[in-house]
Amino acid sequence: MASKRNRMSNEINAGSMADIAFLLLIFFLVTTTISEDKGVLVKLPPWSDEPPEAIKLNTRNIYSVLVNSNNQLLVRGEPMNIKDLKNNTKNFIANPQHMENMAEDPTKALISIRNDRGTKYGTYLEVYNELKAAYNELYEEAAMKKFGKGMDDLSSVQQKEIKDAYPLVISEAEATSFGEEK
Amino acid sequence: MAHFVKKKSNTQPAISTASLPDIVFMLLFFFMVITKMRDSELMIKTEVPQASELTKLEKKSLVNFIFIGRPVDKYKDLYGTKPRIQLGDKFAEPEDIPLFLEQHRLTVSEGERNQIITSMKIDSDVTMGIVGDVKTALRKAGQLKLNYSAHYRERTK
Repeated sequence: MASKRNRMSNEINAGSMADIAFLLLIFFLVTTTISEDKGVLVKLPPWSDEPPEAIKLNTRNIYSVLVNSNNQLLVRGEPMNIKDLKNNTKNFIANPQHMENMAEDPTKALISIRNDRGTKYGTYLEVYNELKAAYNELYEEAAMKKFGKGMDDLSSVQQKEIKDAYPLVISEAEATSFGEEK
Repeated sequence: MAHFVKKKSNTQPAISTASLPDIVFMLLFFFMVITKMRDSELMIKTEVPQASELTKLEKKSLVNFIFIGRPVDKYKDLYGTKPRIQLGDKFAEPEDIPLFLEQHRLTVSEGERNQIITSMKIDSDVTMGIVGDVKTALRKAGQLKLNYSAHYRERTK
């Protein structure tokens, strides 16, 4: 009888287990940050100490975007609202009307960005984003026309085929420094 | 009818709570696994801009973070209001970036080192001067994969 009672009292009471687990659970709930990092992916050109060689390009193939320290855009010598940038870029690259002053062919188109050291980062990223959006929309349209499917539904080979038809070349020139923050 | 009700109330069993710890433990493990403790306090404000063409960064271990922004109120007296770079838990200059990148590179296995991405969390209010300096430092250090961290918004019409 005595030994039986002894064994009984040696058993750990698991009743508070739930409380302990709840405590830990609440701690982890509070400290958890499910942070998903998303962003605009960019590939930088490798650094070289020598100044890059001047390459002669036909001006009709170059889409130059300048952003000044007041966050204003000058696109191919004309002021432009950032809202119109995407559609204008698309028009320039695809050149559906075969205009004389726009890209001969999407593969030859080149986009050049130049910003000032005083340009707001928000504006800069918006410009970059609009240019990327222009290309992504062209991809979607080309995918629809060629394969009858959206870009996401294509195989990687087909995706590559489309992307090769519209190569994304964004060149960034050294920033000007007229409006540097004091 | 009254008889029926009485009978039911008498024999209603209590819900067994025996499996409660198991459920709670399951939840606990789930949160333990996905938890990433905030390892560094941000001394600057980084309200990232919005963009529509976003890419998700898949592998957390291959990403290092550079923060650029203006010091928060607490540090304004000490560091002023000009945009600053924060690496890890301290303020830094563009010259400190190569060492920072190298320290992160050592934690990544050799086969994956060419997939390292630098994620820049930059306040949208910062001017491009300091961002340009950081970009130059990254290029010189051979870190060419860059991600401008942003919140999602719809593509403009």
